[in-house]
Amino acid sequence: MKKTYQPISEKDVSHLAELARLELSRKDVTEIRLQLNKILDYFKMIDDVDTEGVSPTYHVFDLVNILREDKPHSPKPKDLLENVPKKKDRYIKAPRMI
Amino acid sequence: MSNETKKVKIGLEVHCQLTSLKTKLFCNSPSDYRRKPPNTNICPVCIGTPGSLPVLNRNALNYAAMVALALNFEITPHMLFFRKNYFYPDMSKNFQITQYDRAGGVPFALNGYIILDNGKKIRMGRMQLEEDPAKITYDGTIESSSETYVDYNRAGISLIEIVTEPDLESPSDAREFLNKLSSILEHLNVSDLGQEGSVRCDANISYGGGKRVEIKNISSFKEVERALNFEMTRQKSLASKGISISQETRHWDDIRRITISLRLKEEEQDYRYFPEADLVPVSLSKSFIEEINSGMPELPKEREKRFQQEYHHSSEIARVLVKDKFLADYSEKTSKESIDPREVGILLAVNLPPFLNETGKNLKSLDITPKHFAELADMISKGEVSRRSAKAIFLEMLKTGLTPRNIFDKKGLGVISDSKFVEDIVEKVFKDNPIAVKDAAKDPKAINFLLGKIMQETRGRVDPSIANKLVKKQLSEQ
Amino acid sequence: MVNRILDIPVWEIVKKIANQEISSEEYISKTLERIQKIEPKINAYITVIKEASLDKALELDKQIIQGKTVGRLAGLPIAIKDSICVKNIKTTCGSRMLENFVSPYNATVAEKIIQEDGIIIGKTNLDEFAMGTSTEHSYFGATRNPWDSTKVSGGSSGGSAAALASFEAALALGSDTGGSIRSPASFCSVVGLKPTYGAVSRFGLVSYSNSLEQIGPIARDIQSCALFMDCIGGHDIRDSTSNNKVPEQFTDSFEETPKNLKIGIPNEFFGEGIQEEVQKSVWNVVHKLEGLGFHYEKTNLPMVKYALPAYYIIAMSEASSNLARYDGLRYGFNVPEKNLNWNTIFSKNRRNGFGKEVRQRIMLGTYTLSAGYFDQYYLKAQKIRTLIKQDFDKVFKKFDILLAPSMPIIPFTMGEKLKDPLALYMCDVNTVPANLAGIPSISIPCGLSSGLPIGIQIMGPPFREDLLFKTGRLIEENVTIDKSAGEFTNV
Repeated sequence: MKKTYQPISEKDVSHLAELARLELSRKDVTEIRLQLNKILDYFKMIDDVDTEGVSPTYHVFDLVNILREDKPHSPKPKDLLENVPKKKDRYIKAPRMI
Repeated sequence: MSNETKKVKIGLEVHCQLTSLKTKLFCNSPSDYRRKPPNTNICPVCIGTPGSLPVLNRNALNYAAMVALALNFEITPHMLFFRKNYFYPDMSKNFQITQYDRAGGVPFALNGYIILDNGKKIRMGRMQLEEDPAKITYDGTIESSSETYVDYNRAGISLIEIVTEPDLESPSDAREFLNKLSSILEHLNVSDLGQEGSVRCDANISYGGGKRVEIKNISSFKEVERALNFEMTRQKSLASKGISISQETRHWDDIRRITISLRLKEEEQDYRYFPEADLVPVSLSKSFIEEINSGMPELPKEREKRFQQEYHHSSEIARVLVKDKFLADYSEKTSKESIDPREVGILLAVNLPPFLNETGKNLKSLDITPKHFAELADMISKGEVSRRSAKAIFLEMLKTGLTPRNIFDKKGLGVISDSKFVEDIVEKVFKDNPIAVKDAAKDPKAINFLLGKIMQETRGRVDPSIANKLVKKQLSEQ
Repeated sequence: MVNRILDIPVWEIVKKIANQEISSEEYISKTLERIQKIEPKINAYITVIKEASLDKALELDKQIIQGKTVGRLAGLPIAIKDSICVKNIKTTCGSRMLENFVSPYNATVAEKIIQEDGIIIGKTNLDEFAMGTSTEHSYFGATRNPWDSTKVSGGSSGGSAAALASFEAALALGSDTGGSIRSPASFCSVVGLKPTYGAVSRFGLVSYSNSLEQIGPIARDIQSCALFMDCIGGHDIRDSTSNNKVPEQFTDSFEETPKNLKIGIPNEFFGEGIQEEVQKSVWNVVHKLEGLGFHYEKTNLPMVKYALPAYYIIAMSEASSNLARYDGLRYGFNVPEKNLNWNTIFSKNRRNGFGKEVRQRIMLGTYTLSAGYFDQYYLKAQKIRTLIKQDFDKVFKKFDILLAPSMPIIPFTMGEKLKDPLALYMCDVNTVPANLAGIPSISIPCGLSSGLPIGIQIMGPPFREDLLFKTGRLIEENVTIDKSAGEFTNV
């Protein structure tokens, strides 16, 4: 079933930027909008393929039930906290919520 | 049930930690994070370090299967994990690995149910496995704090999410449902929901066919009933004024004990669910499920029946005893030490709860061994103490932790059954109350009056049957 | 013209080091000298590990003298793409976002290299977060092609391939999501393998598109590539998608000539976009193999026509989620502003930490997964993926291997394709099908045109890297590449 391709508006771009947490300037938005639409226009060729009754390939091979034993390791938290930009008494500091 | 309450519809979304697991859901960081310094039980996986990958905990799968079977769910034979994408400081990857019911995804199990004491069937649409986010704390409140502190100890802990249909009809129903759920999880040894933060609940409530309100941030089962009661009252009051209720999400403030409108952007979050490619599907065979089934521990319902058969508890008492695994275990230990488990049942199921309610204590924290209760039950059974004295001993025991025998000897609370002694008391009472004696011949009420006087004289220690016999004898000789 | 020692094939060098004919210390020193000389010209490395490498080399030489057994990679200077984590070394992913991120752990492949006594000599340049085909999208500048420094090195593992082509390393690791090993291997005239999905552990590979990517070995000759693959492949309990088939030791059966090899030539890989000289060069090899007694036949993979859009939709969708974790909280770039709420800070950190191409792909991937578009894009692409995989399954019932050009064009001039992202994406047309199907694919040098490298791609059924190595050896034996033609490709 062929779908009509709808170009993305500036509002759409802003909404996507919000979802993706990317602060975009006006210039960014204009530029990105152009590129996105160009690429989406290219993508629309996939509408030509009949995929009726075809299941998606989320995993390319048939592996199932890969499990790990419930045995604890000894954590090395110091190593992991080395890269934390803002810390306080072992807590990781985040900006304020509101 | 009044006409009004019939119109209430409540649904619950419960998140329970599988606290018995030793490691987290997708990594082998230790799961015992409570009372540990912040950011101690962490590893590249649960803290979202670049390049890290999740691997599913075998026991989490087994426990989830047990829970599904115990709650009458149909386990999905072939399932995927999905990513729920959203940003928040408590999310180490800014997506949560969970399960989903669209795009080829099926949750862990579907169509379960719990039956309440009144026979009502509460359906649970789905059950799934997912990971817990980190813990956020503030300097003060979320609004005022200029800083937010994140602790990833809890990030990645295994959660089971259970969603009910809106079959619950009152806040107390909701409480009962949650208690039954809790007892089942404890009997399965997969979860101890008494642990701090081990359970979170969101509730949906609508009144009188009105719009549905969601209440978030309820952190214990007790609070669920409170929150629902508050919200029900709020909605009833609005409805009575003719004000319509808007569909919204409200936040339960457990300090002020009110629900607050969140006034957040009502835009529905687009979580962009898609399958987690770092985890392969889980395929559960019939033989796997049979194995889990055959290894299931005794569930509350079965235990209830066995309590009736083995210890001759009444159905009422048996039901109360299995409400809580600790209590059920405790009562078994006690029953085994006693010659009269029936008395044990009465003490633990009838006499104990009011005390605990009043004092706000729980059985675990009392310093009383099963032997204490067993001893008291035996004393009552053998007739060594009257019921009235037993009550006094009981309270004293709970307050001081002394054994019943100690208290008995100290207070000299033995039952007086020496006939001669009682005869003297009876004579004294008859002499002191001539009018009652006269009336007693015609009016049975007067006999009770005389008996009461005898009890008074002996501070309740006389054997009632003996007193009765002697009073009647004396009267007949008048 | 530098030093003959660097010119000796790597699989021979390991033997000489173990025999004490050459010291690891000498080999490492010469390599470091080479790096110092060449790096300003090609910028293959982001981090060079000098002192520790020399220390390890000395230590190793001591052990060898003492008669201790050493690993299969003993004494070799090995370069690792900077999207693969090496403990206590910066892992930047070519991005400002991780400019100062020091990895707290080793990727499984890094551990294996260390276990085999390989010496990690540096982290190589890449397109930011592996998103690119030319290694021009790196925060740390572009990597130039050692054959002609006005040309691109291919990407995204451009640094690894360029380091090998210019003798700045003995072996290198890259990663391939849509051609990121095979593209630079082709452009730099080295051997680069994208293994079967799951053949090499991804634990420690910073994720771009997790259902498509694999770490793979890159080398100057096929035997060294096979040796390296033997060392890095295998099951890993830390990667759930890692296959638990016992890895084949490819160097064991290396000498065997494949008998009755049935070669397929898929038409869809020789389409309009393929430059004439590329086609010529590849057909030249096909005919050479024919001359050795192997049969080939043209065949079809009709769904491959849709591979490129399907690939980009899937890759960008997964990328938008895989890169969500970069918010500056637990690690990574932070703007200096304070006193703003977390939403704003995260958005600023990400806008400024990520480059343009990465931002764009995240936006697109967010779109293709979003409510209302998921079915039309992501789900549809995954269904097309199924059809492509089925095409390959069908074809591999008839043929043992498929041959095709790796890249549609010879290395292009730097900056030429930057204005039009789509033009750059089109360069992946021949490489993405193998990633979608999960099958192994290797790029082998097959010729030069105007002094610039052309690579031939050998694709095989899942877990049949042995066929790729054996065929590759045949091709290598029958094709001569004149290294003196390149700017920095001879020692």
